[in-house]
Amino acid sequence: MNNPCGAADAWMPSAALATLESMALLRCCVHEHMQNNQVLEVVTPALSQSTATDPHIHSYQVSSDGGHLSYLHTSPEFPMKRLLAAYQRDIYQMATVFRDGEMGRRHNPEFSLLEWYRVGFDHTALTQDVLDLLTLICQKFNLTLPAVNFLRYKDAVASCCGTSVGQLSVDQIEKLFKQQNRSYPQSIGTDIDAALDLMMDEFVISKFPADQLTFLVDYPASQCALAKVANDEQGMPVAQRFELYWGSLELANGFNELLDSAEQRKRFEADNIKRELMGLNTIPVDENFLQALKQGMPACAGVALGLERLLMRLCNLSEIGEALAFSSDRA
Amino acid sequence: MANYSTNEFKGGLKIMLDGDPHSIVENEFVKPGKGQAFTRTKVRNLKTGRTVERTFKSGETVESADVMDTEMQFLYSDGEHWHFMDPSSYEQLAADKTAMGNAHLYLKEEAICEVTLYNGQPLAVTPPNFVELVITETDPGVRGDTATGGNKPAYMETGAVVKVPLFIEEGEVIKVDTRSGDYVSRVK
Repeated sequence: MNNPCGAADAWMPSAALATLESMALLRCCVHEHMQNNQVLEVVTPALSQSTATDPHIHSYQVSSDGGHLSYLHTSPEFPMKRLLAAYQRDIYQMATVFRDGEMGRRHNPEFSLLEWYRVGFDHTALTQDVLDLLTLICQKFNLTLPAVNFLRYKDAVASCCGTSVGQLSVDQIEKLFKQQNRSYPQSIGTDIDAALDLMMDEFVISKFPADQLTFLVDYPASQCALAKVANDEQGMPVAQRFELYWGSLELANGFNELLDSAEQRKRFEADNIKRELMGLNTIPVDENFLQALKQGMPACAGVALGLERLLMRLCNLSEIGEALAFSSDRA
Repeated sequence: MANYSTNEFKGGLKIMLDGDPHSIVENEFVKPGKGQAFTRTKVRNLKTGRTVERTFKSGETVESADVMDTEMQFLYSDGEHWHFMDPSSYEQLAADKTAMGNAHLYLKEEAICEVTLYNGQPLAVTPPNFVELVITETDPGVRGDTATGGNKPAYMETGAVVKVPLFIEEGEVIKVDTRSGDYVSRVK
């Protein structure tokens, strides 16, 4: 991916022809799985008046000739949920989405997201649907489905520091990094979720066996995003969320979707307060989406899966650029 | 002094960390789909040569290091210092043993080197990638043996010891890759 502009081969695709053929096959598998389950394919706008408020997701803002500003979507979540509220049907979409500043061996600022919603499912039922899709894909790629493991977030935390996630402080996480002789950025300050993200990456996710699918489930309530929060069997609030990893590569992120419009508005507003503190632009809250929730969205679970990431594993690629016809440095 | 944000990080960028100039060797963007992004780097301390890992929160800024690579001509060594001259300004600078590292093993007078300056003082000296040197001492050559792939040590006029093929003779001039210290070819 490190081809300086103007290099003699900069016009060439960053993906091999065989990889493009594999991507086409992968997309066919998705259609097949969705058709088998009567999930309807939809297309929603890439350009819209609102976007994700998540302070860690950066949208592109684009200007028309007349100076009218719109956002490029970072995921098709809000309009897909409006469709769910209006028509109560299972839907899926393979969308090109855009995230500013995400660039590296596993990130490209523009990528393909498969997002789908199953009405009446919760996040646990949805993990089975994800596995059914992966089983079909592995079949078509003549691969065996890797072993599947479910790991609760709190058990992962307890295994690396022996403390329960509710009692864990930023100072304890910093101490763990010191003990293990790993670099810890002071700029994390008091941001416990940032500290947890780094700790999970360094001590848990990077240790996942290469040929294993791991569903990391039941996130801390502070990392609920757009998922429902419920009490676990010990009465501790957890976000009803899962992340799927193949080896240590994150593939997908699923939620038992939040239905409460007032709670959703609070989360958007909290995001915007955090954005202000971080010196970022605030995002106009998507009133159409909130209105749809108010109208009533059926109980459902939804998941977003990065197709290039999955292709990296299916085709054994070491960089996401090799899964894209043209990585962003050649776009 | 300029600042760099983590999204400007790339190999070779010179930054200040803990009061010392460092050069970025590798950097990787790390981010969960939902959550904080980080930039994990390997950085080399330009004073000590040690490489360490360092993780930054994305968006963090670090001070740039006043480090400049400049081409200078090697003049002479007085045993303690190696003296270089800027060929355009004729300004002279002396590099000490630490800054020289292994470079002195390959330097002939008048060689053009890359001298890394930190706050105007030589921090490191990089000899040309390839140098041509005379062999001052080596075992007698084995005639006709150009294929068996054996080698022997040869002492260069500048002090370097280079493994050369068996057919090479004392007094010959050879081309050496200073980055690896390897023999490249015979120079006719």
